[in-house]
Amino acid sequence: MSAESSAADSKGAGGNTARPAYLRMLLLALVLMATWLLWSGFFKPLLIGLGVLSCALTLYLVRRMDFFTREAFTLHYDFRLLRFWVWLGREIVLSSLQVARVVLRRRIEVEPILVDINAGNLSTVDQVLLGNSITLTPGTLTLDMHEGRLRVHALTAEGAAALEEGEMQRRVAALGRR
Amino acid sequence: MTVLVEILSWVLLTLGGISVLIGGIGALRMPDLYTRMHAASVTDSMGAMLVLGGIMLQAGWSLATIKLITILLFLLLTSPTSSNALASAALLAGTRPIAEAKQEPGEVQ
Repeated sequence: MSAESSAADSKGAGGNTARPAYLRMLLLALVLMATWLLWSGFFKPLLIGLGVLSCALTLYLVRRMDFFTREAFTLHYDFRLLRFWVWLGREIVLSSLQVARVVLRRRIEVEPILVDINAGNLSTVDQVLLGNSITLTPGTLTLDMHEGRLRVHALTAEGAAALEEGEMQRRVAALGRR
Repeated sequence: MTVLVEILSWVLLTLGGISVLIGGIGALRMPDLYTRMHAASVTDSMGAMLVLGGIMLQAGWSLATIKLITILLFLLLTSPTSSNALASAALLAGTRPIAEAKQEPGEVQ
């Protein structure tokens, strides 16, 4: 994944920019601590102390990653994302079956191919979403993402053809639309 | 009702176990790193969904289920990231996919 894209992209970002860095840090600290408490359910000093330590460590790490000075991505997705996940779940099941069939054949005969997918019409966040969805589906693997092009390694020609047909890309594009 | 949930839960767990096994077998049988990763992703997409789904049915409506859903979500969000890091690292280290050899040079830039 390229680093230059995250700063340059403004299509996927928005909303959060006006908030000063210290306020965003405080907000994140509160959310992290609340998550810890909810997760552990224990209120002993030792465990709360460990929680405070983990939160501090997390804050330090994200600060090192310039999370607070850079524009944050805010996701505008709503229930459409849920529908996409349901569709993606079905795709994962179907392609798992295909890969399983290849794996369990008596003789392994695979002809993997490389394809380039042009995703220049998507925002950076959506490109990442597409790339990760491709990787999540067994049988296709995003190798590289550069200037809106995704290099994909596919286990079978059918898998590659399905990607090039572009249904997944259309669905991701529909997600980004407001 | 509970019997039904129990049966469904064990069906999911069993299928999940089979998926993990198939992923493992595939990772051993496939010819190169990238095709092995395809097989392994059966384990971490399909296997994780089925096994965690089965455990969710065991847990019923409780805080544990919400935690399990969150775990599944994290797994599904982070495993492509690690796959991508692995594939990129392999490419940078010079491990060429066998897919590349079969293609005309310059066909894929």
